[in-house]
Amino acid sequence: MKSLEEIKKIREEKRAELDLRVNTASNSREKHILVCHGTGCTSSKSPKIIENLRRIIEEKNVENVRVVQTGCFGLCAKGPIVIIRPEDVFYSLVKPEDAEEIIEKHIIGGEIVERLLCKDVDNSVVKKLDDLSFYKKQKRIALKNCGVIDPENIDEYIAFDGYKALEKVLFEMSPDDVIKTITDSGLRGRGGAGFPTGKKWEFTKIAEGDQKYVVCNADEGDPGAFMDRSILEGDPHCVVEAMMIAGYTIGANKGYIYVRAEYPIAVHRFQIAIDQAREYGILGENIWGSGFSFDLEIRLGAGAFVCGEETALLESIEGRRGQPRLKPPFPANAGLFQKPTLINNVETYANITKIILNGADWYASIGTEGSKGTKVFALGGNVVNTGLVEVPMGTTLREIVFDIGGGIPNGRKFKAAQTGGPSGGCITEENIDTPIDYESLKAIGSMMGSGGLIVMDDSKCMVNLAKFYLGFTVDESCGKCTPCRVGTKRLLEILERITEGKGEEGDIEKLEKLSRNIKNASVCGLGQTAPNPVESTIKFFRHEYEEHIKEGKCRAGECKALMNLWIDPEKCKGCGLCKRNCPANCITGEVKQPHVIDTSKCIKCGTCITKCPFHAISNK
Amino acid sequence: MVNVTINNRQVEVEEGSTILEAARKLNIEIPTLCFLKGINEVGDCRMCVVEVEGMRGMTPACITKVRDGMVVHTATPKVLEARSVVLDLILSNHDRKCLTCTRNGNCELQRLAQEFNVDEIEFDGERVEKKIDDLSPSIVRDNNKCILCRRCVAACKNVQGIGAIDCAGRGFSSSISTYKDLSLNDVNCTFCGQCIEACPVGALKEKDSTKDVWKALRDEDKYVVVQTAPAVRVGLGEEFGMEIGTNVAGKMVTALRLLGFDKVFDTNTGADFTIVEEGTEFIERATNGGTLPMITSCSPGWVRYMELNYPELIPHLSTCKSPHQMFGAIVKSWYAEKMGIDPSKIYMVSVMPCIAKKFERTRDDMQGTGFDDVDAVITTRELARMIKQAHIEFTGLEDSGFDDPMGEATGAAAIFGTTGGVMEAALRTVAEKVTGKTFDKLDYEAVRGEQGIKRASINLDGKEVKVVVASGLKNAQTILEEIKAGKADYQFVEIMACPGGCVMGGGQPIRSSKDRATIDIRSKRAGALYTIDEASTLRKSHENPVLQAIYKDYLGEAGGHKAHELLHTSYVAREKYKLED
Repeated sequence: MKSLEEIKKIREEKRAELDLRVNTASNSREKHILVCHGTGCTSSKSPKIIENLRRIIEEKNVENVRVVQTGCFGLCAKGPIVIIRPEDVFYSLVKPEDAEEIIEKHIIGGEIVERLLCKDVDNSVVKKLDDLSFYKKQKRIALKNCGVIDPENIDEYIAFDGYKALEKVLFEMSPDDVIKTITDSGLRGRGGAGFPTGKKWEFTKIAEGDQKYVVCNADEGDPGAFMDRSILEGDPHCVVEAMMIAGYTIGANKGYIYVRAEYPIAVHRFQIAIDQAREYGILGENIWGSGFSFDLEIRLGAGAFVCGEETALLESIEGRRGQPRLKPPFPANAGLFQKPTLINNVETYANITKIILNGADWYASIGTEGSKGTKVFALGGNVVNTGLVEVPMGTTLREIVFDIGGGIPNGRKFKAAQTGGPSGGCITEENIDTPIDYESLKAIGSMMGSGGLIVMDDSKCMVNLAKFYLGFTVDESCGKCTPCRVGTKRLLEILERITEGKGEEGDIEKLEKLSRNIKNASVCGLGQTAPNPVESTIKFFRHEYEEHIKEGKCRAGECKALMNLWIDPEKCKGCGLCKRNCPANCITGEVKQPHVIDTSKCIKCGTCITKCPFHAISNK
Repeated sequence: MVNVTINNRQVEVEEGSTILEAARKLNIEIPTLCFLKGINEVGDCRMCVVEVEGMRGMTPACITKVRDGMVVHTATPKVLEARSVVLDLILSNHDRKCLTCTRNGNCELQRLAQEFNVDEIEFDGERVEKKIDDLSPSIVRDNNKCILCRRCVAACKNVQGIGAIDCAGRGFSSSISTYKDLSLNDVNCTFCGQCIEACPVGALKEKDSTKDVWKALRDEDKYVVVQTAPAVRVGLGEEFGMEIGTNVAGKMVTALRLLGFDKVFDTNTGADFTIVEEGTEFIERATNGGTLPMITSCSPGWVRYMELNYPELIPHLSTCKSPHQMFGAIVKSWYAEKMGIDPSKIYMVSVMPCIAKKFERTRDDMQGTGFDDVDAVITTRELARMIKQAHIEFTGLEDSGFDDPMGEATGAAAIFGTTGGVMEAALRTVAEKVTGKTFDKLDYEAVRGEQGIKRASINLDGKEVKVVVASGLKNAQTILEEIKAGKADYQFVEIMACPGGCVMGGGQPIRSSKDRATIDIRSKRAGALYTIDEASTLRKSHENPVLQAIYKDYLGEAGGHKAHELLHTSYVAREKYKLED
């Protein structure tokens, strides 16, 4: 147990000790080697890097150096990432065997390991993190501590203003003050729907109940999304603290965080955070003598996408099959165990402490008219810098894809980007300059969603894209209501037919009718949004659907059944590589003469395309 | 009271009413499928979606509560399209073999298809062939017809407290399943059949026995005897479009003769035997320190529930067979002897409101004469089917009476068919046996009525007997837990597996969700039984002259050696789940 005074003391001492983490001008004699221990880098052997670094330091008896495991730095495409502080040298694509050189050359020798420095999009070699174009337009609020602190060490969290917002709330603010601050900040739910957070807190506060609960929705399930996961992995205490503030505000003494079991690092670190907070007396009875008590528990989800829907999540916490409930009543009135319950997602909570400490005005000054603050996106797909980005609301898609993301690789063209995952829609070239906020995205037929952002180049077939997302929804439908259970399956079947070249006249209209009614009649958000990828691809790429159906053609060449491979005689040099590699032996031609594909024998495997050094083979 | 506007018409309804209820008050029809009032109120199928001004999307009328000033539209083009797509989707995943379905003509889905003018399936697609479970003696489960409305699940779990079935799998692969998809025969199913009553389609039905009965009727060597349970006569008429609660005993007997049964007897005679035996057993237990409270054993679903869930309490169960089993044993012994018929030639058919009786027939220790007491059990529904199959114009039939000598029964036996009836009948007999007096007041109002659990204290000439009547297995569980905890201060308990008793049994005519929401079916059927009782000249089982004669000439003492051999049985503890090794 630590008194408030002791906590303050830790904050002061630790902050001084860790100043070099955030201050490049620090004259500390110590060096901190920060190694990303997020999911991406972990799977590229970052734990082994940490192990090697520590072993070598010990073997060589190097002093004044510390190896720190941190959460995600964001630039996952270049992982594993190692950063040396205070000088802020950014090493990318580090391998475990690079550890020795980093210690020898950089730490002992004071020389930068040039070969490990990161190449920016323009091929320039960049030394510091802040100089990377990837980071220039970002603003880290929710991710503030990710990549700075050791998430498994509460003292490091405390050092960077940790639990200071809680202190401020408990001793200086009434619940109504908190609600006003959150409301004035303009924060909206980051789970996707964008409901005003202050309002949600207020509804739950005024709801009558002998027991109330605070719940954190960490059931992030969009394919390709890892925002919440990274926050929990990189800065779990900020969620603990925010949930406590929420508990104080609405009058709850108990919180649950619902995390999917397939996020083992997040679960592990969050449990450590809970344990440490309990040990320090931050979680528990009569916290710091304030009279406020709060405790927190983890509930593991089995990975059902529908459990990200708040009422299905509550069902699951209660031990039942994860299926949505009818709303109203809303969770604010009858939630967990039928008691008033506040549910926010991880990223929403991650903004709370900063708003409390810096004030509503500060937060409201970031972003657009209706959407304040920042939004974290998991940037993936056909983009150079895949990873985790946090940008002010109002940033355009072009800025994210081209300035931060570094554009489209392999010289291909941007075709579309999907936001909102399987519930969202695609944004095309014509809308690429739309500022990203809740309303603007909705207006162009997409949605903010929880933050998945998949970029697609011109090699992507949009019918196939809709099929991919529908395949996901069909897998993830809980089966409770008819439109979603059977309707999404039928949508998928039609899309499969079209991509297999068996599309029929009238299929587009069928898709439209079915989509419209699934949206209208489904019970929960999953079904109500499941047809979005179909509707939005039809809206923007109807001609591709028509080409598939009427001409039997897939211009992107993704739908194998519709592939019609052809060798351009102008480009073919007759090298014979395609012929030798064709598994169906259907390519003929004399050396140095244009080759020809016998399409009747072609199995459309695409091997010839990849083998041709002259890009002479394509889908006709 | 709140004011609601539906399709531009105003209606005042009680607060807490649903849109569906409010609409019905205006005679506005909203189609439903998964809705079963008080049992399955989930709003899942989406057939009943409506538009409410100010509400996003559509909402299910069946469970959305009205608010004052609410403006509802139930038949906009948008709503109608959504419903027709929903119906199309359900049909696309249904086997659509209406012609060979037992529910043909009484299927909620079929009716909707008709109403919606479905002439093709627009969104047809994959349908996974599912295996049919017909291994139990009572229930056939055919998931190819299942529309996942989960009314059966709710009936099993919420009403009966069993949970033998639930939804397994997700999304399109969802199916109603048992534990590990075992046969209902190998899980904790009690065969009460409430799931069948709840099913809007033909996914759940009784195991058909009509073919066996037809075969016996065709067999000239067989002496085919039929007996009908009390609840059948107040249910059967519904299958022919008659008013709920019509007593069609006379027409039923005529129809059975036309079908070719050699003798048409009344299970009520068997019920009188049960009362005399059970009453004797109770007095015996009460006077000689036997296990109390004693619980009735006429409901085979209930007996199976006890064996599956509370085997340690089996000594509380009366050893009396149920009326139709007793009756079968008497027919194959006393009657066969008296008429000089070889009992092996007698084919005993029971017409029952119950599907657990099909299982009961196959139990061990149900062969009082060495032959099966009963050879076939058909339900009220199956009898109706046989009558239709024979093209008998049921509603126009003349009345006729049961055959002698075993057509004689008391009013006490008639009320066996409703919850509290066995208790009331038993009290009439026990009161006189214990006190040696004759009573004129025969109506024990305290044990009548629809409540799931009724408790009463009966004064028998200064002696206090506390009794409990429970119907529905969830209520049975409450009582058993009391007994288990040693908190039972009562001596005699009547338990019926089906809520409301046999009139609401799993073999009775299946009523639509709308009927169940708007008509008090139980009261109407039970009321008809009480009318029979009141109109009877004999209203106490022990006064039945046929019984008196059989005891005197053949059985000897009630509860005596021969009576035990023929009229009593034994029970076994059963495993809830039979897993293969």
